Amino acid sequence: MADTPHPGPSPTGPQTTGHEWDGIVEFNNPLPRWWLYTLYATIVWSVGYWIAYPAWPLVSGYTGGLLGYSQREVVLDEVEAVRRARDARGQAQLATASIAEIRADPALLRLALATGKAAFGDNCAACHGSSATGRLGYPNLQDDDWLWGGTPEEIERTIRYGARSGHGEARVGDMPAFGRDGVLKRDEIEAAATYVLSLSGKPGVAGASVEKGREVFAGNCAGCHGETAAGNPEMGAPNLTDAIWLYGSAPEQVVATITNGRKGMMPAWDGRLDQATIKSLAVYVHDLGGGR
Amino acid sequence: MAAIPVAKYMTEGEVGLSLALLVGAFVCALASTYAVDAPFSFHMGLFALAGVAGIAAILKRYEARAYEPPPQEIDGKPNYNLGPVKFAVVAAMIWGIAGFTVGCIIAFQLWAPSLNFGLEYTTFGRLRPLHTSAVIFAFGGNVLIGTSLYVVQRTCRARLAGDLAPWFVVLGYNLFIVVAGTGYLLGVTQSKEYAEPEWYADLWLTIVWVAYLLVFLATLWKRKEPHIFVANWFYLAFIVTIAMLHIVNNLAMPVTFLGSKSYPMFAGVQDALIQWWYGHNAVGFFLTAGFLAIMYYFVPKRAERPIYSYRLSIIHFWALIFMYIWAGPHHLHYTALPDWAQTLGMTFSIMLWMPSWGGMINGLMTLSGAWDKLRTDPVLRFMVVSLAFYGMATFEGPMMAIKAVNSLSHYTDWTIGHVHSGALGWVAYISFGALYCLVPWLWNRREVYSLRLVEWHFWISTLGIVLYISSMWVAGIMQGLMWRAYNALGFLEYSFVETVEAMQPYYLVRALGGVLFLTGGLIMAYNLAMTIAGRTAADDAPLPANEGRPGTPVLAAAE
Repeated sequence: MADTPHPGPSPTGPQTTGHEWDGIVEFNNPLPRWWLYTLYATIVWSVGYWIAYPAWPLVSGYTGGLLGYSQREVVLDEVEAVRRARDARGQAQLATASIAEIRADPALLRLALATGKAAFGDNCAACHGSSATGRLGYPNLQDDDWLWGGTPEEIERTIRYGARSGHGEARVGDMPAFGRDGVLKRDEIEAAATYVLSLSGKPGVAGASVEKGREVFAGNCAGCHGETAAGNPEMGAPNLTDAIWLYGSAPEQVVATITNGRKGMMPAWDGRLDQATIKSLAVYVHDLGGGR
Repeated sequence: MAAIPVAKYMTEGEVGLSLALLVGAFVCALASTYAVDAPFSFHMGLFALAGVAGIAAILKRYEARAYEPPPQEIDGKPNYNLGPVKFAVVAAMIWGIAGFTVGCIIAFQLWAPSLNFGLEYTTFGRLRPLHTSAVIFAFGGNVLIGTSLYVVQRTCRARLAGDLAPWFVVLGYNLFIVVAGTGYLLGVTQSKEYAEPEWYADLWLTIVWVAYLLVFLATLWKRKEPHIFVANWFYLAFIVTIAMLHIVNNLAMPVTFLGSKSYPMFAGVQDALIQWWYGHNAVGFFLTAGFLAIMYYFVPKRAERPIYSYRLSIIHFWALIFMYIWAGPHHLHYTALPDWAQTLGMTFSIMLWMPSWGGMINGLMTLSGAWDKLRTDPVLRFMVVSLAFYGMATFEGPMMAIKAVNSLSHYTDWTIGHVHSGALGWVAYISFGALYCLVPWLWNRREVYSLRLVEWHFWISTLGIVLYISSMWVAGIMQGLMWRAYNALGFLEYSFVETVEAMQPYYLVRALGGVLFLTGGLIMAYNLAMTIAGRTAADDAPLPANEGRPGTPVLAAAE
């Protein structure tokens, strides 16, 4: 290995360092100017930033910077500004006003709908869907079919205490497991399913008798769902004539409902959301289109 | 006169390692028996079996070997130790395919969560660390270990230090990978990103890594070259720093020495800062310094051109390792981390821009005078495109570290896109380039089985990367803008679930990009397997400039 610099590919080209490793040699080109000056620029900028902002730790504390910046204070200021802005728009009133008062005041109503929409997306959409159209087992809140009543006050109560949530005031309906508990036989269940499906013009279980179903219904179901099967919001008994089926309208789905019962659950939001938010949610859900 | 029979003895190393493995296997078998949880029992059993297998391998090797240990030189030329390198290269290829596949699976899971099949073992939470560890540590790690053990020998003109030690490093590292990966599937994790393996796996890796450091240092020590080649600086920085990062971030107290669970020494924001000091420097020293070392050897070797600038390599090396170590706090902008630490994280990230680009300039400018080779040599093209992605990712990184940009990009899929432009474009591509060079050299083939298949690999995977990162740019920026959108009344415009819904089509595009990348990887695995098998493709285009190619470097070595 020579100690004198290797010549480059041309006598006037760059020189190599004179070393060679496994056939690899190195030119000793100078640093590209633009590279070096950009490096210097980033260093100068950083030093400037350190002077302006909190930067270097000291024995106790740190260099605070000329601008007196504190992320914590910026956040507190921003939160305070939002709070003031909301108060100015009447956010505090939402907590004290009744739902009727909220709905009567256009400005307050607008605020309640905005609050409700934001709260719905973060708390309700996981089950009811971000457009509130529900899915199998989770009610559609866009339609006018309400298990527990569709007035703003009833909706508020359902949101506040939930359904089968364990809260003392919760909505608790009870669809018995007619098949599993041996109350009805298989053919009776199929007949009942066929009858209730026929009320909204849907096909039932092949071969099952609608007439027999009517009898089974009168003897076992009418107590809650009513003689006309129009349901009873007092007990959370759904209307069976409206072609809306929370757990599906296929004959086997209705048979499964009658056989095993259904016990859907909605959490109680009292204590998890504040008063203004619960009321706003009730107003928002009512306003989705199906409120009564 | 009859030759005096020479008695065959086991070396001190063979005896010592066998005894150590015996004791270790016994302790692990006991731990397996009295373990308090099933995964720990399984892993201790695995360690015990590995110990026994290690002893068997040492004895078998002893039976087969000559009376004297392998010579350091044959006819004045270094007798390179290539067995462990070959093992690491094959392991890298296999783990790469596994890691890309799991990546595709979780990409599709984000598009359709039901693809987790309702099994705990295949949930996103368990497969995600399996993917990241498989691609970074299993694929990337084996590429780094394999190439480093190759490069250090050839650029020092010295056989690897140690007889069994290089094998211990390679096999021990892959045992760590198996323990880590099976642990994730069984739910064993300490929940630190990129440092998920529990305390016992960490201890094992520490032993292996120290052995790796010693092998590397000892090989440098006995080098025949007066100076240490630039690639070896980068490899050494990678090995030393990873040792430090690994040990500090994994300081933890096991709940019991007979169970898998442990608790980290640090808590709260201190733990977060240590974690991201580790996490970002894993990027800096594992995925950057280590792969720059690969670049510094394989690019000039393949291009057959001198490295552009020795001066630049020195300046950018020291600047890089000095500045990278400060950059971690940029992962914790706008958190409970004190303002001053955030400032340092941001400013050092910005100062890191040019030192990072130094490697790109040195790589790209090495090609000056040889740009025409890009047209004909897809292997070189892999490496050049990797440098372009490296430059792009190391510009994007400092930009995303600026607090104002970070407030938009943080927690969004933009970050995922950024990581993958670095991981797929830079790390994987420079690895592919190196593997396409290294496999023919190691197995004494003139060239890979088919350069046409390399072309296919290049274009398919490039399309995959483009789909991946462009979809994540669009999706991530959209996600960030949706999160911060307010309506006129000061309420958030979108709920979180609406932003998730909006991501879905982009997740599909990303997953398809991943499938293309995986397809390229499979083509490569086939191509390399055929190369190793010694097959030649009948329809392959004739090579331009055959003479100039780095064909069989064994002969070129000792010039």
